[in-house]
Amino acid sequence: MSSITARYWREIPQRYRGEAAKSKKTGKTYFPPRLVEPKNGNREFEPVKLDYEGKLVTYTIIRVAPAGFEDQGAYALGIVELPGGARITTQIADCPLSDVKIGMKVRIEFRKIRDEGHEGIHCYGYKVVPA
Amino acid sequence: MRDVAVIGVGMNKWGELWEKSLRDIFVEAALLAMDDAGVDHIDSLYVGSMTPGLFIGQEHLGSLLADYLGQCPIPAARVESACASGGLAVRMGWMDVALGVSDIVLVSGVEKMLDVDGAGATYALATAADQEWECYNGATFPGLYAMIANAYQAKHNIPFGKFRKQLAQVAVKNHANGLLNPNAQFQTKVTPEQVMASTMVADPLRLLDCSPITDGAAAAILCPLEMARAKFKKHSPVVIAASGAATDTLSLAHREDMTYLKATEVAAQRAYKMAGLKPADIDFAEVHDCFTIAEICVTEALGFFEVGKGGDATLAGATALDGAKPINSSGGLKSKGHPVGATGVAQAIEVVHQLRGDAGKRQLKKARIGLTQNMGGSGGSTIVHIFKSV
Repeated sequence: MSSITARYWREIPQRYRGEAAKSKKTGKTYFPPRLVEPKNGNREFEPVKLDYEGKLVTYTIIRVAPAGFEDQGAYALGIVELPGGARITTQIADCPLSDVKIGMKVRIEFRKIRDEGHEGIHCYGYKVVPA
Repeated sequence: MRDVAVIGVGMNKWGELWEKSLRDIFVEAALLAMDDAGVDHIDSLYVGSMTPGLFIGQEHLGSLLADYLGQCPIPAARVESACASGGLAVRMGWMDVALGVSDIVLVSGVEKMLDVDGAGATYALATAADQEWECYNGATFPGLYAMIANAYQAKHNIPFGKFRKQLAQVAVKNHANGLLNPNAQFQTKVTPEQVMASTMVADPLRLLDCSPITDGAAAAILCPLEMARAKFKKHSPVVIAASGAATDTLSLAHREDMTYLKATEVAAQRAYKMAGLKPADIDFAEVHDCFTIAEICVTEALGFFEVGKGGDATLAGATALDGAKPINSSGGLKSKGHPVGATGVAQAIEVVHQLRGDAGKRQLKKARIGLTQNMGGSGGSTIVHIFKSV
């Protein structure tokens, strides 16, 4: 793990505050924000905040966790569709694994994602919970 | 553009090759290919390798491998497209020969994955996904493909029991084929019950739904078809009839349809157009079964089966060695192994053996036009080649 923190803090506006970009041409929301819109080359965006209420469109239960997530046991990971067209890949928290269902309504919340490195630095971001 | 022929192929047995280094396994495979072709020098070299930097701390493979193959000062390049690095090496070599820049080109792939532990290998492989927006939030590769599987099952309304059997059959078939491939990592029969009882990795994908970690290398020699006919007569030449490549969003979440491998469709359409062929013209294919669901989705995106029907076709035996559309006669990634950068080249090697008629016990009766499909990440990149015997 690198001791350089810029890679972490430059994503804070997205990970902590859900700052996204709305295309001035198509009105679609992009998260994370982009410099250029796919397919039409548009470069004009306005800053918007992600709508926090969405729908789970697919999920799985991660039973063999990646490094840094071993202590979280089995957890639900899914893709959530938000109004405006943005989709996020995120954990579904505060929900018994057997209750996670495609189509369920969920809400984004600020959560701790994991500890990093020997120092155990806390890394934060977003997860969703049943709405 | 010149027609390009494959005149030599070579690969070692894949597996846990503790006593061999990356340069050892590369040189072995390359020499096998050169001997098979009957050449002692090459004009240029492409090597596909996903991440030698993370696996063994070694970059600059072009120089290293040209050096250890004794071929300096040829131009050499390592190319990368995650798990499609091998297919990309074939494509770059094909371009090199087709455009007349080089005559005799070595296309190869190599990955030395077992010099890191399981966690290290998982981390290295995860670099094919979106680090900041998938992996940061706890995604793994089995997890991404599991999400594709669950979305696919929901979209096509397949009852879970049936779906689970469809997935299992991909593994069963590929292991059955691998039994007939002396180079395959695993030469073990696997039953549907064993697949469905294996350890759950990311629901619904279990251990035996997932391709393994493997050391291995694979190589092939390309040259202009005219030169092959004039000078390299050890084998009847196999022609690269087409090359097609495409990209899709890196993140699974950003795909237009998460249940459909669009990059595979686009790459295949480009290849079909170049070759003047349709999906029905393809006799057999080597596809990227990194996970069982991937093979099902790929066969649909290639146009072999109707969308949502790939699983039914698999269960019905359509993709078996004696089926109407044999898929992964080599054993696929599942049983042959998946040394990431080498896979795409090994796919080409299998097709060449089938087209030459020397695939031994795996030989297909109808093998005149074969296709390879090599895919990176969760479908963010795909390279398709079509080969014909001439």
